[in-house]
Amino acid sequence: MYVAVKGGEAAIDNAHRLLAEIRRGDPAVPELTVAQIREQMRLLVDRVMTEGSLYDPDLAALALKQARGDVVEAVFLVRAYRTTLPRFGATEAVDTGAMTLARRISATFKDLPGGQVLGPTFDYTHRLVDFGLADGAGPEPAAEAEPEADAAACPRVTDLLGQAGLLEPSPPDEGAAIGDLTREPVDYPVDRAVRLQGLARGDEGFLLALGYSTQRGYGRTHPFVGEIRVGAVELAFTPEELGFPVSLGTVELTECQMINQFHGHGAVPPQFTRGYGLVFGQGERKAMAMALVDRSLRAAELGEAVAVPAQDQEFVLAHCDSLQATGFVEHMKLPHYVDFQAELELVRRLRAEHAARSAVPPSPDSDEAPLREAAE
Amino acid sequence: MNAPDLASATVSAGTGYNFAYLDEGTKRMIRRAILKAIAIPGYQVPFAAREMPMPYGWGTGGVQVTAAILGAADVLKVIDQGADDTTNAVSIRRFFTATAGIATTTRTAEATVIQTRHRIPEAPLAEGQVLVYQVPIPEPLRFLEPRETETRQLHALAEYGLMHVKLYEDIARHGHIATTYAYPVEVAGRYVMDPSPTPKFDNPKMDDCPALQLFGAGREKRIYAIPPHTRVRSLDFEDHPFRVQSFDRPCALCGAEDVYLDEVVLDDAGGRMFVCSDTDHCETRRADGHTGEAA
Amino acid sequence: MAPPLAHGFADPVHAGQAMFRAAMEALSRPGRIRPLVTALAPPAPLTPELAALALALTDPDTPVWLDAPLRADPAVAGFLRFHTGAPIVAAPAQAAFALIADPARCPAFTDFAPGTPAYPDASATLILAVDTLSDGVGQPFAGPGIRGTARLEAGPLPADWAARWAANHAGFPLGIDCFFVAPGRLAGLPRSARPVDAETLPGSGDSAGSDDSAGSEALPCTSR
Repeated sequence: MYVAVKGGEAAIDNAHRLLAEIRRGDPAVPELTVAQIREQMRLLVDRVMTEGSLYDPDLAALALKQARGDVVEAVFLVRAYRTTLPRFGATEAVDTGAMTLARRISATFKDLPGGQVLGPTFDYTHRLVDFGLADGAGPEPAAEAEPEADAAACPRVTDLLGQAGLLEPSPPDEGAAIGDLTREPVDYPVDRAVRLQGLARGDEGFLLALGYSTQRGYGRTHPFVGEIRVGAVELAFTPEELGFPVSLGTVELTECQMINQFHGHGAVPPQFTRGYGLVFGQGERKAMAMALVDRSLRAAELGEAVAVPAQDQEFVLAHCDSLQATGFVEHMKLPHYVDFQAELELVRRLRAEHAARSAVPPSPDSDEAPLREAAE
Repeated sequence: MNAPDLASATVSAGTGYNFAYLDEGTKRMIRRAILKAIAIPGYQVPFAAREMPMPYGWGTGGVQVTAAILGAADVLKVIDQGADDTTNAVSIRRFFTATAGIATTTRTAEATVIQTRHRIPEAPLAEGQVLVYQVPIPEPLRFLEPRETETRQLHALAEYGLMHVKLYEDIARHGHIATTYAYPVEVAGRYVMDPSPTPKFDNPKMDDCPALQLFGAGREKRIYAIPPHTRVRSLDFEDHPFRVQSFDRPCALCGAEDVYLDEVVLDDAGGRMFVCSDTDHCETRRADGHTGEAA
Repeated sequence: MAPPLAHGFADPVHAGQAMFRAAMEALSRPGRIRPLVTALAPPAPLTPELAALALALTDPDTPVWLDAPLRADPAVAGFLRFHTGAPIVAAPAQAAFALIADPARCPAFTDFAPGTPAYPDASATLILAVDTLSDGVGQPFAGPGIRGTARLEAGPLPADWAARWAANHAGFPLGIDCFFVAPGRLAGLPRSARPVDAETLPGSGDSAGSDDSAGSEALPCTSR
């Protein structure tokens, strides 16, 4: 006699236990600590914080441990945790001009006030596997750091160009409420603030490919890296009951200001326009890709044709979120046999009709239709 | 202002989370969306879906709707593909057992809230029951027009010609309407609505149903509703009336006819059997002494 | 000296759920009266039932409008602000919820937001504290949530209430939605409720059996 498959509960429990065991790996190998991940997988931690929309290096490191190093899964854990956190309000806008710089480069000027600060970067390393690392060789001591640069002496490149009117100014802060796509459903078209929020949370790989597509002709924006700066900024919050800002501490950020050619239109003279990227920690690839896509998404407001995916905000924002994407792609693993049965019935019927029309007897492979359609 | 939510000490035993997981502010937001959805049957109310501890696509919309309506006295049933014991149904039922401590059941008749993916139970639903559907793509026009800005206008204008053209093209090409599940319906004479990916076999059960039907789409951030005793009409044409699937054999286990069956492949020699997709319906019938050929 | 502030829900989680669920059931079955039991003792003329629905449904995201009697005593707004954080707005058009203690002087429906064609949900919900509330008698309604027809009588209401409601329903899917509360009781009337001419009904107070193809301008069944 046929017995339907049962035991979903036991199967889930067993799968979870197996997962925990596999996660630990060979018990003869020492277990990773959260601090090790936080310190030694820092770029991964930064990415999880950025796409997880939560600045908490320890939590991101723990999520990575729990997720066995799967970035999207770690982002998922952080986001689900974030949902449960009480929200006190919005901080003051951070002043990246006052950043304590770890790195600061401009591709548009050979030298500029404050100079170029190369900082920790893979850019000029030769990608030769360092087998010494496998043996636990310690690093050479870093060169003596320059005395900390005075922030006022390191103005943002965009501020320098803006003074000459060559670069579009930042839109004035009119005190309008800033949308939050985690608290309001997206209502297209959305303004730039909400777009930037979506891009900051967006999957790095997706934005990288989209940004790349703009460089290859799908919505070319003639970009230059005005400036990338990496460092710590102070975060301030004004509690309702105090009425003045109090410092919450510092967060590490990477900011990318992309400068793009613009021919002007109507009353607007030719000038450079901007694309903007901002991420937690050090994430230059993501910040640059975000800036490219941000500029592309401004096509409509700048009077440019909206013709390619990177210019289409519904396309970009509806698909850039790794959690939404992975959920819907992976949910195809869930059972769909009810719907498949309905499709089987249709295909069998269409095949039977096709066979009848072709006067070829149907194959003996028992494809007689067990379902048929009846009037309701 | 004080913070009423922080004062609520009703934390589910042992979980550290609020009753039914969501905080009270989120529940209120969802509840307001549900009320508007009931007042405008078939219209998709946007809501700020939260990120839930299960993936998008696993029923986050249905889970949020259920969490928002659930009370301590409710009895919850969760089905996936008609069955209570599919892994995702088990997982969601456990989630609510853990976070809300409520009673659960597999018996359709005993449940006050039924969360479902892809099926409507075979047993008729009753007044006082709420059926919560998990919805992947709430927009019935999405595959005809991918842009939200466009489909919103089409609904505003009740401009559903596109859908009729699509269905008619099916007829022209295949001689049939080739939509077998997620078959679009018109609700209370106004909005065209996606019934979620239920087989069209289940569409007639939505019409004049005594239970309240709520639909939650988490990833797409939409909630919609069919109040009890509302006219739900599957789109069709005079010369091609809406038809449902029927099976030419009864359930092999309980002998039920006029139910939706799962096809079970028994071996690699073409052997297969057909059994009720609704496991509770099948078990109830067998307990009542009905048998099929394989029982 | 100001009197002490009246309490909110003793158990906000479960009381909030119970009030919402009653509202959901009431709106799902227009014209059917539900029990609404609350121990709240808000400052008059805010009734316990008005307060219960306000505490269950409103918060800082929902502008609330108060009618003249509720505005008259600042303790009412103080109570609501403290327990819900909802902004109290002066113009009915800005309100997501309107609390009305004197339903006979309810402002014109057109003063409230009816939603937009793209977002008909961006519309006001009116909660009216009435003296009398009965089902089975009064104006018959048909439509979603109603098997056949259902009668509902509430009072006091403005003399032109029936005309107002007919116009509200005619604007569907735009429109306002109403809850009526009386001591211990609640009824809902969504915009989808279609007033039926009582003269044309076969029986009186009949709540079942008649045609329920409500509000149905069916779609054309031919391709356009």
